[in-house]
Amino acid sequence: MIKDPFGRRERKAERERKAFYDSLLNADRRTFLKLSGQAAALAVAGSAIAPHSFQLVELLKAAENETEPQVSFRFAYISDTHMFDKGMTHRFVKAALKAVQDVNALDPQPDFILFGGDLAQLGQPGELNLGKEILSELKAPVRMMVGEHDWFFDMGEKWQELFGKPTYSFDHQGAHFITLQSVHEKDFWTARKMTPMERMQTVAGLDNAVQSRFEVGEEQRKWLADDLAKVSKDTPIVVFSHSPLYKYYRNWNFWTDDAEQVQELLFPFKKVTVIHGHTHQLLTNHIRNIAFHGMLSTAWPWPYAPTGLPTITIQMDRADPFDQFDGCGDGAVEVRKDGEVNKNYNFWSRNPFKVSYEMVASGTPAKPGPSY
Amino acid sequence: MRQTLARRILIALSVVIAVAVTLGLARLTAHASSPSTAVSTKASQSKWRVVTACDQRKTVLVEGYPDNQPLPPTKARQVASLLTDLMQYCNEEVNARIASDEHIFLSVNGSAFVQYVPGRALPLLLVNGGKQFTQRDQAIWKAELTRMVDEGNKLFHSSKLGTNGISCDMCHPNAANTHPETYPKFQTQLKKVALLRDMINWCIENPLEGKTLADDDPQMKALEAYILSQRAGKTIEPGKH
Repeated sequence: MIKDPFGRRERKAERERKAFYDSLLNADRRTFLKLSGQAAALAVAGSAIAPHSFQLVELLKAAENETEPQVSFRFAYISDTHMFDKGMTHRFVKAALKAVQDVNALDPQPDFILFGGDLAQLGQPGELNLGKEILSELKAPVRMMVGEHDWFFDMGEKWQELFGKPTYSFDHQGAHFITLQSVHEKDFWTARKMTPMERMQTVAGLDNAVQSRFEVGEEQRKWLADDLAKVSKDTPIVVFSHSPLYKYYRNWNFWTDDAEQVQELLFPFKKVTVIHGHTHQLLTNHIRNIAFHGMLSTAWPWPYAPTGLPTITIQMDRADPFDQFDGCGDGAVEVRKDGEVNKNYNFWSRNPFKVSYEMVASGTPAKPGPSY
Repeated sequence: MRQTLARRILIALSVVIAVAVTLGLARLTAHASSPSTAVSTKASQSKWRVVTACDQRKTVLVEGYPDNQPLPPTKARQVASLLTDLMQYCNEEVNARIASDEHIFLSVNGSAFVQYVPGRALPLLLVNGGKQFTQRDQAIWKAELTRMVDEGNKLFHSSKLGTNGISCDMCHPNAANTHPETYPKFQTQLKKVALLRDMINWCIENPLEGKTLADDDPQMKALEAYILSQRAGKTIEPGKH
């Protein structure tokens, strides 16, 4: 195995791939036959079209699954596309189309695709219509989540017209899924006599002190408690929330004001995973029985906040501004039969990075990275 | 002419003699005032006396008077008058020196000694024409600085620098990841040494798809002012990253 000169954790998959090829050389006949089908697929992919690292990881995973407890199912995610309605050549639209192509190329196809919120940049009907049109190209079914950029122009009117209620739950393959609207804010606009557009632009800015902080709100917490009352405590719970359901960095609204009260409702369950958008970065946290995973944006990566970063997060390197797609991407989530969850980050300009449930559970503090 | 020359020589000679006599006298005086016993302290040998005002911020050093004897009344009145003058400047720390030749020198707040003529204005800050900066002056400076930084703040958070709706803060909240303290540096992607403004222009031209600003454009200056103000306190490390 080659020594990684830069020691990037993100290169783990590359190292694993190398090990996979090496294992082919050393395999006995029986193992070789078992693996050769996959190897052929890799070889073809490598010569005919540019190999898609994301798919290579999936194949690797398939090989691993021969011995490990099986993955029950996978779903993919696309998040934070932040589209402007400025034509199909706008860089954020191109990035969204790239993600759609990416996910459509997955073989096997995921059970469904989570859209993680912030489809639009300024909540304009044109932006949301364009977003819906682009997402309609996806082959697998899409589960929609709302973000603050979709909401604060008309307080969710257009979004709900296109996609329905932002708060809902469903069961899939023995797991219980919950989607929340976690970007409610207390009224800061009426007293300031803001227009809808001013309100939207205030919320869209990360580093302004004018807006309120995100919250799930009392009404929705009540709904959540009622919903969870119907679910057995052994059922794996997966929560989709646009804002992280914990307190990371208040100044940038990487924050949910009533996070503790929401967590309290989730503590009685055996295994809970929260998948959130908004933070545009590789982000991992663990509070008691709850694992938290951030999603990548397709539009741009955020820097890590100066304080409050969960200690177990392995930071991604600073993005190269000269490469539009660096630090951006999409990904997938593997839900195992035992309810554990692995999170794949499919970086477009880097090697993929997998945050396994073992990594989260071990809770080893990661070294501070180079980002800020 | 010759007469004049002779007279000059005479004058020069008399000056030399006078200096020699003075030096001799000084030596004699030194001998006379030197202690006759070995127990006397070093302080008692000093040839000056230090008078400190009640605020502990004004001192007068009187040369030629040992500090173990009271000052003669005329000298004491001179010192008192000088201290009264100095006490008007409550906030300043002033060290005065009355030289043997009666010239007065002042050091204000630790600056170099300058001559002082009683009755004239205190040589406070020479760069400011002898006047102190007022709170109003300072308020103006602060307001001007804030105005420039605020202007930069607005531009940084506005999409008007570009054409596609994108603004600087979308990738750089609080100017994070701009690292102004690391410029100048060799920007590998540009293949040349870049200043902060070169990267600002790169961002305007590429992600924002706008028109670059001239180096001395007030908008460029304001952007630099905002970015630097957000990163205040960071160690300057040119070339890092």
